[in-house]
Amino acid sequence: MSLPAYHTVRDLSRALQDGAVSSTEITREYLDRIDRLDSQVKAYLYVDPDGAMAMAREADTLIRKGEASPLTGVPIGIKDVICIEGIPNTCGSKILQNYVPPYSATVIEKLKSEHVVFLGKLNMDEFAMGSSTENSRFQVTRNPWDLERIPGGSSGGSAAAVAAALSPAALGTDTGGSIRQPAALCGIVGLKPTYGRVSRFGLVAFASSLDQIGPMTRSVWDAAMLLNVIAGHDPKDSTSMPREVPDYTEGLEEGVKGMRIGIPDEYFIEGIDPEVEKAVRDAIEALKDGGAEVVRLSLPHTEYAIATYYIIATAEASSNLARYDGVRYGYREASAKALKEMYEKTRSEGFGTEVKRRIMLGTYVLSAGYYEAYYRKAQQVRTLIRRDFAEAFEKCDVIMTPTTPTPAFRVGEKTDDPLQMYLSDIFTISANLAGLPGISVPCGWTQAGLPIGVQFLGATFSEPIVLRAAYSFEKRFPFADRYPDLVAR
Amino acid sequence: MEYEPVIGLEVHAQLNTSTKIFCSCSTEFGAPPNTHICPVCTGQPGVLPVLNKKVVEYAIKMGLATHCTIARVSRFARKNYFYPDLPKGYQISQYELPLAEHGFVEILVDGDTKRIGLTRIHMEEDAGKLVHPGSFTDTPYSLVDYNRSGVPLIEIVSEPDMRSPREAGAYLRTLRAILRYLEISDGNMEEGSFRCDANISVRPRGSEKFGTRTELKNMNSFRNVEKALEYEIERQIAVLESGETVVQETRLWDAAAGVTRTMRGKEEADDYRYFPDPDLLPLVVEESWVEDVRKSLPELPSEKRDRLVSQYGIPLYDAEVITAEKAVADYFEACVAVCDAPKQASNWVMVEVLRELKESKREITDFPVTARHLGEMILMIEKGTISGKIAKTVFAEMVATGDPPEKIVREKNLIQVTDQEAIEAVIDEVLSENPEQVDRYRGGKTKLLGFFVGQVMKKTKGKANPQMVNKILKEKLDK
Repeated sequence: MSLPAYHTVRDLSRALQDGAVSSTEITREYLDRIDRLDSQVKAYLYVDPDGAMAMAREADTLIRKGEASPLTGVPIGIKDVICIEGIPNTCGSKILQNYVPPYSATVIEKLKSEHVVFLGKLNMDEFAMGSSTENSRFQVTRNPWDLERIPGGSSGGSAAAVAAALSPAALGTDTGGSIRQPAALCGIVGLKPTYGRVSRFGLVAFASSLDQIGPMTRSVWDAAMLLNVIAGHDPKDSTSMPREVPDYTEGLEEGVKGMRIGIPDEYFIEGIDPEVEKAVRDAIEALKDGGAEVVRLSLPHTEYAIATYYIIATAEASSNLARYDGVRYGYREASAKALKEMYEKTRSEGFGTEVKRRIMLGTYVLSAGYYEAYYRKAQQVRTLIRRDFAEAFEKCDVIMTPTTPTPAFRVGEKTDDPLQMYLSDIFTISANLAGLPGISVPCGWTQAGLPIGVQFLGATFSEPIVLRAAYSFEKRFPFADRYPDLVAR
Repeated sequence: MEYEPVIGLEVHAQLNTSTKIFCSCSTEFGAPPNTHICPVCTGQPGVLPVLNKKVVEYAIKMGLATHCTIARVSRFARKNYFYPDLPKGYQISQYELPLAEHGFVEILVDGDTKRIGLTRIHMEEDAGKLVHPGSFTDTPYSLVDYNRSGVPLIEIVSEPDMRSPREAGAYLRTLRAILRYLEISDGNMEEGSFRCDANISVRPRGSEKFGTRTELKNMNSFRNVEKALEYEIERQIAVLESGETVVQETRLWDAAAGVTRTMRGKEEADDYRYFPDPDLLPLVVEESWVEDVRKSLPELPSEKRDRLVSQYGIPLYDAEVITAEKAVADYFEACVAVCDAPKQASNWVMVEVLRELKESKREITDFPVTARHLGEMILMIEKGTISGKIAKTVFAEMVATGDPPEKIVREKNLIQVTDQEAIEAVIDEVLSENPEQVDRYRGGKTKLLGFFVGQVMKKTKGKANPQMVNKILKEKLDK
C-alpha cells in the first residue's frame, strides 16, 4: 500500500475519462484503504462496499460508452446527516440508530445522476452539534495528522476521511463552521456555499436558517467541480434560490491581480495561536505578491456573533429535533408505559448531553417571557452582522481570516468546557449568520505537524470570486500530495 | 342581576384542495389508514415543506369574502407541542403575520342584521388522527393515521362580538355558507372539516369590562355549539351569583351528559414557543393576485339573498333560507325561470323540497325532482291543470320516480276537470241522489254547500275544479 495514485478529483476524473484507470479499480483502492486505516481514524459510520462496487461497475460502463460526466465513477463519502435512500442515517445519534431513510436528499439525487460512487456514511458530532466529533454517540474520529487529536467538527468524519485518503472527496454540512473548521484542522479544503445555493432537502436539520451542504476536498478546483453538481434551485427546498449555476471551475486561473482583500481587525485578536496567526499573515502576503490589494476593515458586531448564533441555532434546533419522539421511527424506550413517559425516556436516553443542552437552551429562548429578550434580539443582531458584511464588501472583494484560532486540540481537552469548545468556531460562525460563502484552505503546518487553515469569505453568491482567491493562494501553496504519515506507512 | 354573555369563536375549516398544504399527497377523505402519506407529511428527518399555492388562493378568497385586508407579506410560524398525531413536533401555522385581518361578516337574527368582526384568518396544516382499539381509557395501545396530516386548514378568529348562543349559531351558519359558496370547503361539522372552539364570558348587562372567559372545545355540530354555550352561560352566572369567580380554563363539552367539564387550567396551558418557520420564506402576495382572486369571487350568500328579495319579491326570511346553500338557491332560480311564480316556487322549495332533502339526507344535486320539473308542476297549478291538493300527490310521485309531472298527471289521470258540462252532469247526479239535503239547503241550511262539494269531489276523485264546482252548485241550488 502506498499513497493514492491520484491526489485530486480533477486528476482522477481525467484518468477515468482517459481510461488510465477504472472506477472499480479506484473504488477498490479506497475500500481497501478504509479496511486498512479506518480502525485508527474512525471516520466511517457505515461503509457500503457492495453498493459502491456496483455503482463503480455501472460508471465504468458509462465511461466506456463515452456517456460519462466529470464526476462519473469518482468515489465520495457522505456525512451521516444527508439521507441516502436505503442506507442507515444516524446523525451520530442513538435516537436515529436504526433509521433507514425512505428517500434521498436532493444533493444525493444530483450526484447519483452523475454516477458518483458512494463509499459510505461519515461520522459527525450528534446532529452536527459540536466542533470535535467527540459528540458522536458511536465513535470519536481521530485527526489523521495526530491520532491523539480531534479532527474538528461537526463534519470531522468527512474531513478526516479526505485527509487520510479514505475518500477522494466528501460532503459535509456547515451550520457554524462545521465544514471549514474540520477542513482547517485536517489540512484539506472545505467550502460552505451561500445559504440557498445548495438544496437542504434531505439534510437532517440542525438549524434551518444556517445549515448548508458543501464539498470537502483536496483542492479548490475539486471543490468547484463538486459545487457545479450540487448547486442549484430545488423546488423541494423553498429556501434554495432560483439562480443560475455557473461553471465554478471557470475563471479560477485568472489570479488575484487587482482583487481587494479585506482584513478585519476583529479576526486577529488575543488568544490566537501565534503559529496560526503567522501562517495566515504569510498567506495574505502571498496574495499581495500576486497583485492583490489589501484593505484593513472592521466588522464591529463580530463580538456578538457567538451569542447570537447560540440563540438562533439552538432555538431552531429545539424545534427541529422535536420530531424524534419515539413514535414513528428511530429509538424508543420500550419500558415506558404512558405517552409522556415514553417521550421523556426516549429523548433522555436517545440524545446525548450536548444535544440536550442545546434543546434546553433553545426551548428557553423561545419561551413566553424570554422570546423578546433573546430570540428577537438575536434576530436583530443578526441583521446588524449582515449589514457589517454588506458594508465591508463595498470596500473589498473577499475577506481573509484564520479559519480557527488554534490548530487541532487533544481528544478530551475541551469536552468538559462547552464554552471553550464554542469558541473554536469564533471565526466561522458569522458567515452562517450572514448567509455568506466561505472556504477554508490549508496555509501551513505547525512545527508539531498540525495543519492550519485560512478562510476566504465573500458576498452572497460570490463563490466564483471566493474560489478564485482560494485557488490563487493554493497555487502558491499546493498541498494535495501531502499526506499524514499513517497513509504512507 | 342581569347578565350578558360575550362570545368569540375560532373556526377551523378544512380546505378542499386536491393535495396537502406542504406536500403533494392526496387530501381524499376516508382512504385506508396511512395510504396518503409521504416523507414530508410523516415528518421524516431532513424533509422540507413546500407551500401549495392553491391553499393561499383559497385563503385569500375567504379573506376577501369576509372583507379582510390581505397582507402583502405574511409569515408561517411553528407552533411547538408534542403529540403523536403531530409528526414534526410542531404545527406549521401563522402567528405574528397572518394572511388576512380586520374583516367582518353580517349575520341575520330575528330579521335584524348584525356585524361580527373577524380578527384574522390564517393558514395552517392539520394533524393526523389517533385510533384507539377498545375504549379511550383502557386502550392497550394507540395507532396513528397520518392521512390527515398536512391537510390544509384555515383558522377564522372572530372578535368577541356575539351576545347569545343564537348569534353564535347564525355566525357559524354564515361562515359555512360563505365557505361553501366559494367552493373552498365542504364545511361539514360532523365529519370534522369544520370545527369550532368558543371563548365565552359573562358580565353584568351594561358593563364595559369583559368577565373571565373559558374556552370550550369538542362541539361537533351547530346545535351542540349553541347547547354548550347555553350551558356554560348558566354555569358561569351561577358561579358569579354564588359569590365565586370564574376560573380561566379550557373546558370540554360532553354532548351525552349535556355539560362542560374542566380539561386543563391556565397554568397547564402549553407554551407553544411560536417562531417564524425558517424553512419557508415570507409569503408575498402581489396586489395583482389579490385582484385576480377578487374578480373570480362568486355572488356571496348575503348578496344573493338581497338580490332574490329585490328581483323576485320574496320575503327576506324565505331568501335567507333558500340562499343558505348555493345549490338550493340555484335550484330555486331555475325553477322560477320555468314557472315564473317566485312566491309559489319559494314555498315549494322551502317546505316540500327542503323537508324531503332533510328526511332522505340527500343533497339537492342528487334530488330526483329537477328544478325544471318542479317549475313545470307549479306552472300546471298556475294554469289550473291540476289543483294545489293534487299537486302534493304529483310531487310525491315525482320524488319517488323522478318522472316529469305531465307524465304522472297523464298516466294517473289527475288532470283537473274544468269542462262545464261534465261538472254539471256530476252535480245533477249528486243533487238527484240527495233530494232531502237539497230541500234542507233550500230551506235555509246553506252550510250544506260543503256537503255537496265534497260529494262532487268524491265522484271526480278530487279532479273537479273547486271554484267551478262551487259556482255551478250555487247556481243550481239557488235557482
